[in-house]
Amino acid sequence: MELKTLTFIIVGATFALYIGIAIWSRAKSTGDFYVAGKGVHPVANGMATAADWMSAASFISMAGLIAFLGYGGAVFLMGWTGGYVLLAMLLAPYLRKFGKFTVPEFVGERYYSQTARVVAVICLIVASVTYVIGQMRGIGVAFSRFMEVDFATGLFTGMGIVFIYAVLGGMKGITYTQIAQYCVLIFAYTIPAIFISLNLTGNPIPQLALGGSMADGVHLLDKLDMVVTDLGFKEYTTSPNGNMLNMLLYTFSLMIGTAGLPHVIIRFFTVPKVKDARYSAGWALVFIAILYTTAPAVGAMARLNLMNTIQIGPVGSPDGNVEIAHLPAWMDRWRTTGLLEWEDKNGDGRIQYYSEAGLGEKAAEYGWAGNEMTKVDRDIMVLANPEIANLPNWVIALVAAGGIAAALSTAAGLLLAIASAISHDLLKGIFRPDINEKQELLASRIAMAFAIGVAAYFGLNPPGFAAQVVALAFGLAASSIFPALMMGIFDKRANSTGAVAGMLSGLGITLLYIFWFKGWFFVPGTNMAPNSADHWVLGISPEAFGAVGAGVNFLVAYFVSRATAPPPEHIQHLVEDIRVPRGAGGATSH
Amino acid sequence: MSAPQTHSRAEYWKRNLRLVVTMLVIWFVVSYLFGIILFTPLNAIAIGGYKLGFWFAQQGSMYVFVILIFVYAGKMNALDKEFDVHED
Repeated sequence: MELKTLTFIIVGATFALYIGIAIWSRAKSTGDFYVAGKGVHPVANGMATAADWMSAASFISMAGLIAFLGYGGAVFLMGWTGGYVLLAMLLAPYLRKFGKFTVPEFVGERYYSQTARVVAVICLIVASVTYVIGQMRGIGVAFSRFMEVDFATGLFTGMGIVFIYAVLGGMKGITYTQIAQYCVLIFAYTIPAIFISLNLTGNPIPQLALGGSMADGVHLLDKLDMVVTDLGFKEYTTSPNGNMLNMLLYTFSLMIGTAGLPHVIIRFFTVPKVKDARYSAGWALVFIAILYTTAPAVGAMARLNLMNTIQIGPVGSPDGNVEIAHLPAWMDRWRTTGLLEWEDKNGDGRIQYYSEAGLGEKAAEYGWAGNEMTKVDRDIMVLANPEIANLPNWVIALVAAGGIAAALSTAAGLLLAIASAISHDLLKGIFRPDINEKQELLASRIAMAFAIGVAAYFGLNPPGFAAQVVALAFGLAASSIFPALMMGIFDKRANSTGAVAGMLSGLGITLLYIFWFKGWFFVPGTNMAPNSADHWVLGISPEAFGAVGAGVNFLVAYFVSRATAPPPEHIQHLVEDIRVPRGAGGATSH
Repeated sequence: MSAPQTHSRAEYWKRNLRLVVTMLVIWFVVSYLFGIILFTPLNAIAIGGYKLGFWFAQQGSMYVFVILIFVYAGKMNALDKEFDVHED
């Protein structure tokens, strides 16, 4: 069957499955929409959390970034998993004991202040909108490929579907739908990885195959190092992501961002017991780690296959490169999206792919007139991977379905979080407590439509690849929300003035640093300094700066709290109370 | 709140913090120390086709994270019972 038809059928079938499960489980449950996961086993809740959490950045973008970064890609792997350790030990059980539904509600109550609540809402919205921008890019890539149209058309189609999906909403909150999404997603990710591992090393387990040997007895990673360095690229297994300080801060920023992201935290508010909150985080990480330990294998093998597709013979020999007339079909298909480009600069009818800076004068000796793969978008690697490896069409279609599931579920979840922050926390909670439910719903839909519009604009003018944009969102959450939550639990002396000052300074300095190098509000061309390692302060990239922002937040909150009046007695009792599990009732609204 | 209970709650909190700190030291060692700071020296050691530093950065640290959370959850749940602060 033709690939395009097959993709439509598989994507359609998975959607029918999600909707079917949503309707089925809704009829059976008493229908408490927000309390997803209540009365659900920690394993099931963990699986649903994993689906919720793994977005276009994890599924579509991350392995592609690793493929081109090599070792340095580890910041995403360690950062996005290590955060669960912090979440499980420092936040989840206590927030569960506290028993409220939203992060701003906790902040508002712990710091006995509406101002603190409003500031938390602002932090939440800034981080979530940035996150949605990253998703939109992933959605654009997936849709443009499988409909075989240019990137912009794909983006607008995807945007429409996200809007419908989020407005219908119901699907999102239902744990069983997310379990189905997780199954589709992990199946779609691991099947091609297993095929490719078998092809290259004869070992079906990607985690072992990455450390295995090829048919000629050479270790896969050694081979990859050789292939890329011969063409002037940096050695795969040792090339870092900036300097050591940058890697440490980047990783730390993603870790505490994970623990501070509202749509992840919220899942632990609603498990039945404190005991379950601890195990749920563990199970969530098990299911996440299945994808995350596969991703480095996907990245390395995709890079190797890509290099070998173009460099078919010895480097520098006249027939060592693939002829344009014999380019594989997948390259033409991806060219229509505008995310893959090539140009025969030396007119030899063949394609050369190499690093001009790395190869230097040698290239001229070979008769090469410049790198001819003029655009290889990192975000296409995972989706193109099964095509590069010549896997059957159903596998390619399945990966498209998985990517779309990942992007849609997370985008919809975030839009709901933004909408509820505006309508529930801001409007109903603070500014207009008298509005009725209908008006609250209307306000949330308007907020959602507005957020999608903003995200689509930036999807077209992205400040980076999907995973990098998402990394910025984590930096923002890390610098604003995480310190306020942690101080709220571990420092009885933290008061409202300290928390507000801390959140504002952490968020402020991080936003400033990001906008300085990426442009004010990400508008291209408005940056104050070029976005490159030479201009960054101490070589710290904007994606890694969240860790510094968090440090500023902690310090400001600590010292301001001590310089001002201690929190009232009942707040100190509240903090003592959330530190022990006994007495945790069900989560209550408002 | 009676005095003995307050005392045991303080003790409970202290034991909790000690456990968390132990876990976070391991968390730091496998990721930041082995995966980044000691990356180059560790790469001199090979396990199969992996260099050790690379393995910790892209594989090993994640396996350890999973184990850490389960060990923590198990120990904390036992601690809750010991201090009689567990639910129902």
